[in-house]
Amino acid sequence: MSDRVILHSDCNCFYASVEMLHRPELRHRPMAVGGDPEARHGIVLTANYMAKRSGVKTGMALWQARKVCPDIVFVPPNMDLYLRFSRMCSEIYSDYTDLIEPYGIDECWLDVTCSERLMGNGMGIAQEIRQRIKKELGITVSVGVSFNKIFAKLGSDYKKPDAITTIFREEYQTKAWNLPVSDLLYVGRSTNNKLATLGIKTIGELAKMEDRVLHSHLGKMGLVLKDFANGLDDSPVRLEHTHAPVKSIGNSTTTSRDLLNDEDVQIVFYLLAESVAARLRENGFQCKVVEISVRDNGLYHFSRQRKLDHVTNITSELAEVAFSIFKSNYTWEKPIRSLGLRGCDLVVGNVDEQLSLFVDIEYQDKLRKMDEAVDDIRRRFGYFSVQRGLMYCDKSLSSLDCKESHVVHPHSYF
Amino acid sequence: MNIKVYVEVTTVFTSDGRMIPKSVRWEDGKEYIIDKVKDCRRVASLKAGGVGDRYTCMIQGFEKHLYYEGNNMWFMERAVVQS
Repeated sequence: MSDRVILHSDCNCFYASVEMLHRPELRHRPMAVGGDPEARHGIVLTANYMAKRSGVKTGMALWQARKVCPDIVFVPPNMDLYLRFSRMCSEIYSDYTDLIEPYGIDECWLDVTCSERLMGNGMGIAQEIRQRIKKELGITVSVGVSFNKIFAKLGSDYKKPDAITTIFREEYQTKAWNLPVSDLLYVGRSTNNKLATLGIKTIGELAKMEDRVLHSHLGKMGLVLKDFANGLDDSPVRLEHTHAPVKSIGNSTTTSRDLLNDEDVQIVFYLLAESVAARLRENGFQCKVVEISVRDNGLYHFSRQRKLDHVTNITSELAEVAFSIFKSNYTWEKPIRSLGLRGCDLVVGNVDEQLSLFVDIEYQDKLRKMDEAVDDIRRRFGYFSVQRGLMYCDKSLSSLDCKESHVVHPHSYF
Repeated sequence: MNIKVYVEVTTVFTSDGRMIPKSVRWEDGKEYIIDKVKDCRRVASLKAGGVGDRYTCMIQGFEKHLYYEGNNMWFMERAVVQS
């Protein structure tokens, strides 16, 4: 059987490019899209190439970025706009294949094996996509063309911006094997350190390493990575609009000020529960486990979970459970900077469940109906049209609509 | 001066669902009739900064570009004399 033809398309400095398109005055200046420092989400999300050349990196605090690049301009993120561009990119991809698998908001794999007869070879399709995105959307992409997803991704990272790199079967030993092993998908800092202790610096060295050694140091993952390095990744590009089944639904937030007491925490948990429970209901899920995560202002972080005695998607129940987990695990040594709430172990729809003797079913039904009514009001008149009394205790904490500002992050590759 | 100028547009929807601009009101309030739409395709306007369906329109014998941004707003590029 002949090889598959897989493309990986990666929008260069995506957020920054979209902003530069809309603000011509920033095109020739170092700039970065970063969180709002007033709301304390002060990190660089994406920097343009001029800023990157001065040493600005994604994830830096805004003040650090300004230190290495004094004339940098910060622009607050505009997620709706980026989602619109992401959608428009997908529309262009879908002219070439229906096998499109997004990896985050700005990257996609495309399987164009069966499109070659109609559209020309992989390189030709990649060229066309690159030119169309530049002309129609005013941003640039790097495209990798290969016979599997891993090398396609490697190819799109190989040369930036606005470039195409092929890593075909007859080329991978000369092109990919000389690259540092950290360029390979799923070799992060920790794996890279482990590989370094084995003397593995390049992808080629990993490809030739003995299985036994890799397995003893990295476990199963070591062998998977070796397969990746040898071009033996045969994972399919998933069909458009199919997503991995949801395992959990959660939200977290860094609050506008540090949380100092139980009441603050309760407000934030109710806020998060509003979003998590509404999303559970929207998707017809109920959860069996509630998990919270807490980060104090010394950035110490922990998470705890509790199994419920019955499944639920009721806002107030989630919030109360979260708060009670918090109460039994936190002693207020330091103020809190961020909180998260997650519903796990999801079940679909109306499951048959063993009712507890000590739960007031009628009361639960009332709560459920109340949530439905609130969902309906919010759908028609907006999130802030109806609020809990608790939210009025501190407007600065409660003025966040977690659900609408929630964004989807890349799924795991596996 | 901002090169991107949002304008008021009068459009017609054809029975097969296409949207065709018929006239444009420029920022000074003057209305211009669009004699003919020659082309419509999605293009990025690097000059004005934005993306949209670009309608190539004939207005008083001149070819002008009118962009529909997708958020129910239309814009045009201001003519700028390079100094």
